[in-house]
Amino acid sequence: MEDLALHVIDLIDNSLAAGATRIAVRVEERPGADRLLVQIADNGHGMDPETLARALDPFFTTKPGKPVGMGLALFAQAARESGGGLEVESSLGGGTTLRAVFGLSHPDRKPLGDISGTIGLLQQAHPQVAFVFDHTIVEEEPNEAQTRRS
Amino acid sequence: MKLKPEDLDKIRQRMKSTSSLREGAGKARVNVHLGTCGIASGAREILKAFLDAKAEAGAQDVLITTSGCAGLCNKEPMATIELAGEAPVKYIELTPEKVRRIFKEHVLGGRAVAEYALALGSERIS
Repeated sequence: MEDLALHVIDLIDNSLAAGATRIAVRVEERPGADRLLVQIADNGHGMDPETLARALDPFFTTKPGKPVGMGLALFAQAARESGGGLEVESSLGGGTTLRAVFGLSHPDRKPLGDISGTIGLLQQAHPQVAFVFDHTIVEEEPNEAQTRRS
Repeated sequence: MKLKPEDLDKIRQRMKSTSSLREGAGKARVNVHLGTCGIASGAREILKAFLDAKAEAGAQDVLITTSGCAGLCNKEPMATIELAGEAPVKYIELTPEKVRRIFKEHVLGGRAVAEYALALGSERIS
C-alpha cells in the first residue's frame, strides 16, 4: 500500500462487509506532539471477543474461501513502522472503531494520499451508506488522558 | 480532489436518486473488487475509471459498486460485470484504458471483451 488512503479503502471494505450504514473517518494531525491519528468508526455488526483477539493476525480471516486476512495487519504494521500503533475497539452489535497513531514526521510514515477523494469514490459506489470525513490539524499539545480511551 | 464534509452528503443525495436501479431494474452492474490485493494493485484507479466512464456516458442505468477480494489475488485489479439476464463476466489485470473499452463495448454495447476476461486456464495460481 503506497499511502494511507489505500489502507482506508481496505478498512472501509471491512466496515461495508460488516453491514455498516455509517462510516466515519477522522484524520487528526498534532504537530506539537508529532502525532497523526487516523480513526475509522463504523456501526457495523462488530466482533465478538474471540474474533477481536485475532483481528490483527494476518493468517486469520472471517471471510470464507481464503486463508489470510491482511488488511488490518498491514495497517497495524504501517502504524508500528512509524513509531505508533493500532487500537481496535469492537463489540458484537456495537460497531468497530480503529484508532491508529503514526509518528507524523517519522521517515517511515506513509503519506496520507488523497483520503477525501478516495472516500468520495466510495460514497458514489455506496450511496446507501453515510460516509463522514473530517481532517483537522490540532496545534496545541494534546492531553493524553483525553485522547486515550479504553 | 479535495472534498468538504458537505460534499459527501451531496454525492449521497445525487446517487440515491438512482436507488431504484439498485433494486434490480438497472441495465448493468459493475462490481470492482476492493480486497487488500486489489487495492494494492490499483483498484482505486479502476473504480475511478468506471465512475468517470459512467458520468461521461450519462449512463444512469449502470450501477457501479464495490466488494471484497474475488479470490484470484494475482489477477487483480478485477471487476465483475453483469448485464440484466446474462451470466456475469470477470475481467482481470485491469487498467483505466481497458476499463474505458470494457465500458463502451460490454456495459453499453452488450458485447463482452473476451481478451480481457478471465478465461479458461487463467485461474491458475502460478
